[in-house]
Amino acid sequence: MTQLEDRPDVQPEIGRDRRRKEDQRLITGRTRWTDNITLPGMLHLAMVRSPFAHAKITSIDTEQAKASTNVVGVYTAADLGESQGVLINAWAITEDQKAPTHLPMPGDRVTFAGEIVAVVVARTQREARDAAELVDVEYEELPAVLDLKKAAADEVLAHPELGTNKSAFWKFDSEEAGTGGNVDAAIEKARTDGVVIEREYRQQRLIPAFMEPRSTVVDPTGEQITMWSATQIPHILRFALAATTGVPESKIRVIAPDVGGGFGGKLQTTPEEWLTFCLANKLGKSIKYTETRSESLVAAHHGRDQWQKLTLSAEKDGTVTGLKVELLADLGSYVSLVGGGVPVLGAFMFNAIYKFPAYQFNCQTVFTNKTWTDAYRGAGRPEATYGIERMMSELAAELDMDPIELREKNWIKHEEFPFTTVAGLEYDTGNYEAATAKALEMFGYDELRAEQKQRRDAGDRVQLGIGISTFTEMCGLAPSRVLGQLNYGAGGWEHASVRMLATGKVEVVTGASAHGQGHETAFSQIVADRLGVAFEDVEVLHGDTQIAHKGLDTYGSRSLVVGGEALVKATDKVIEKAKPVAAHLLEASVDDIEFSAGRFSVKGTDQGLAIGEIAAAVFAAHNYPEGMEPSLDSEATYDPVNFNYPHGTHLCAMEVDTETGAVKMRKYVCVDDIGNVINPLIVSGQVHGGLVQGIAQALWEEAVYDEAGTLVSGSFVDYLLPTSADTISFDIEHTTTPSITNTLGTKGVGEAGTIASTPAVVGSIVDAVRHLGVNDIQMPCTPERVWKAIQGAGDGGPATEGAAMPHFDPDEPGTDSTEGAGA
Amino acid sequence: MIPAQFDYLAPTSVEEALAALAEHGDDAKILAGGQSLLPVLRLRLNAPEVVIDLGRIDSLRGVRDDGDAIVIGAMTPHSVVGSDPLVNEHAELLAKAIHDLADAQIRHRGTFGGALAHADPAGDLGAPAVALGSQFVIQGANGTRTVDAQEFFVDLFETAIGEDEILTEIRVPKHTGWGSHYEKFVRVAHQWSIVAVAAAVRSEGGTIAEARVGLTNMGNTPIRAHAVERALVGQPATEEAVAAAAAHATEGTNPPADLNGDADYRRHLAGVLTRRAVLAAAGA
Repeated sequence: MTQLEDRPDVQPEIGRDRRRKEDQRLITGRTRWTDNITLPGMLHLAMVRSPFAHAKITSIDTEQAKASTNVVGVYTAADLGESQGVLINAWAITEDQKAPTHLPMPGDRVTFAGEIVAVVVARTQREARDAAELVDVEYEELPAVLDLKKAAADEVLAHPELGTNKSAFWKFDSEEAGTGGNVDAAIEKARTDGVVIEREYRQQRLIPAFMEPRSTVVDPTGEQITMWSATQIPHILRFALAATTGVPESKIRVIAPDVGGGFGGKLQTTPEEWLTFCLANKLGKSIKYTETRSESLVAAHHGRDQWQKLTLSAEKDGTVTGLKVELLADLGSYVSLVGGGVPVLGAFMFNAIYKFPAYQFNCQTVFTNKTWTDAYRGAGRPEATYGIERMMSELAAELDMDPIELREKNWIKHEEFPFTTVAGLEYDTGNYEAATAKALEMFGYDELRAEQKQRRDAGDRVQLGIGISTFTEMCGLAPSRVLGQLNYGAGGWEHASVRMLATGKVEVVTGASAHGQGHETAFSQIVADRLGVAFEDVEVLHGDTQIAHKGLDTYGSRSLVVGGEALVKATDKVIEKAKPVAAHLLEASVDDIEFSAGRFSVKGTDQGLAIGEIAAAVFAAHNYPEGMEPSLDSEATYDPVNFNYPHGTHLCAMEVDTETGAVKMRKYVCVDDIGNVINPLIVSGQVHGGLVQGIAQALWEEAVYDEAGTLVSGSFVDYLLPTSADTISFDIEHTTTPSITNTLGTKGVGEAGTIASTPAVVGSIVDAVRHLGVNDIQMPCTPERVWKAIQGAGDGGPATEGAAMPHFDPDEPGTDSTEGAGA
Repeated sequence: MIPAQFDYLAPTSVEEALAALAEHGDDAKILAGGQSLLPVLRLRLNAPEVVIDLGRIDSLRGVRDDGDAIVIGAMTPHSVVGSDPLVNEHAELLAKAIHDLADAQIRHRGTFGGALAHADPAGDLGAPAVALGSQFVIQGANGTRTVDAQEFFVDLFETAIGEDEILTEIRVPKHTGWGSHYEKFVRVAHQWSIVAVAAAVRSEGGTIAEARVGLTNMGNTPIRAHAVERALVGQPATEEAVAAAAAHATEGTNPPADLNGDADYRRHLAGVLTRRAVLAAAGA
């Protein structure tokens, strides 16, 4: 794989825990975050947003705002007309999907609290905000539908003109697809001679909460209109701008400079981007818009939000015979970029690592008058993994079997790969036995089970539970033909190019635009190994459509397994181009040239040239083979042949204080099989962060709306994000079964931790109190919900009251004439 | 987000600050660390015309011994109060509460008097201050007056400090040799207390001779749990005896309901946490 076998003195870059070369500028903030960009004469925007979930706009008075200091203009939908463009849905999951027109700024009606109704342009950000408060909008409130199940009943409509809240119904049936049997028959049979588990799980609504708020700068001067945006998808953004505004694609340059996190939350084309683009063009001036955190929480897209009705049938020995999935998925008020498709990604993952003979997946997407939903770390797969892993543990409990043993009975054995699943995917490699064995040993499973029994027998106030998640996922989105079959609006290829500079440095251009994951480091390691150049001599360029002209950006754990493979192919072309040059300069036959560790040499001699020397010679072009172009630069576009299937076994031990419902994590072990690892340090970071994000869904995070449709968890006081103080030190390890569908044998790791951890955590809490009559606790498992479940109130939910903590009471009396730390 | 425009004053004496307050009245807000005021300004929930920063008044900082009490300057940062030897010797309960208060940045920037004057019932300093029978020294144009803790906290975000007055000092009676504990219940470490209990106990042999108990976030103000205190006197520091006394913890409470729990759950927590706090304070 690498070219370094002959030089033991040179340490291979792949597998080395290189410190990330991009971190100094990212951590210190001395870099080009979009909000750090200031252009001469730049104007600023402030948005006026609807406080109502559903209302008719009866009038907008902008006069006072227009008269405010340094205001350049105040615009409503009526002022902008068609010039504001429209936001696209790139993935209509069915041909008859219902989708309302999604204007960046509607003119007649708002459909969620936070929707933009007017925009102020001023010379400074503060003046824009001051004026925004002077815009007087009159609304006539309309009935709002907020609850997902009520929405599905169509009593109150989010978009009355559609006649229904139901957007699309998507179904997969293994009997119809020829991949398995009839699930209803399997369930009926199990009702007579087997066992049937039926559960309903709630996937609460989450907010991606990336660190850097979204920001957009547009400079309309020059031949190309340049947009800087804190986005994961500069290429898709450019395409969508061209497709909806009438500006030719060749006249738009999009730059995603350094981007501070996304988690799918920046896999979006946004009203704010469209309005900034429109107004900069209209005024001929550079404009910046940076959202506040409050705006980000209410108006950037949310994630998850499903009801899952699951039916699992099995024989009495634990052999699963069928799984039926019925989902309700909340779209919020619009079908966003890929929002409708997110739950459908789960269709292929509910069967997980198991050999189910019959399977059916039904998904109904539904509109509500809430913030629109879309991808959030894992996008569809965490929901599916949560459902099936909880169900497998429920089945084990029902049969009084060890949950590990039950899984083993049903999972695909390592010698059975490649394996075509009941959902129709072909898993290339995996070894669930190995990962599980290692995890059990690290965890001390038997000892913890013994302690659990002891605590139960003694009736301890603090009970112990063990949660299990033997997850897999499909990442590396995705083979273009599969996306085509799913009616997705684009392909899944990725592009890379390698430029050999005259000074021996190498520029690598990738279409997979990073937003903090460490591409610059990992891609440098790959190129350094393959070309035999120094890690420091590789520069990775990305995120600017004029530099990285082709690409499909970053999401779905695709950067390495798709973008990395494109890079490998481009690099290999460089070597192939260099060989005849080397032969020419060394006066040898091409067939006698060998390439190893960055050096082209003549077989059986000590004659050779370094790749840098060849690059310099090609640059000078004084002496090169006739008929050849004087260039080593190469590019490749790679379309993945399959999804990519990381897997792993996650075990969580949790102490539950039965007196208060408080939970305390005792131990978390995960053994992930992500194939070959390029940079172990980056992988650890991805696993740790991913775990915490999944644990946070289990324990802390929830976007809650009140009855009026106001986001109650609208600040970080009430939307609880954990810090390092709230987590323990995780025990992470790996087993390695290289993927056979990419050259490097890698698997995606960006979403694995998040997908895996949530069911392990909730499962551990349920396991701790199952003997008290509990078989579910609604997420997030707040102490109150856990306590109420123990008290016999079912799953403890919906216990959260629709009220925020009142720490920032706007009406606080003037008598608090000193103030300070509130906590 | 950027606050609305305001004028910033930074007086260097209490008299100067009072004069500014007298001049601007309702239009002014006092900045005493800024850990709550700044978010309020940035969220534009309040837009005062003038912000009077007390941060440059040296006389408002520091902890001193004053016979049977220790005196804490209102502008002393939490971190300084929490690590002060006098506080740790004579009012250890305050140090315990500060240890669990918010995060390191807030403990460094926020001030003791500022937090108390903000009077957020979920704040961690009210309950220990009330439990220890603290007195609040308030200065106005006509001199200073001293208010007992029970009278200081009037309502949600409301204290006895007048519009033209400033909280200058907090006098905390010495509780030398008392055991103390602050039992805080939160979902994440940096969160406001869902419920917390402050307890200080003077033990004689294995018996509780005196007890002081304060409740955080169980009503619109910090609450002194007198009934619990009375029930503890003369009791052994055993789980059973303390639990019986702790059952009185909900008397006179009116807890809020929010995303973290309803009122009934908070009442349940108050009982459990009171038992735990008292037992820990008694070293049991």
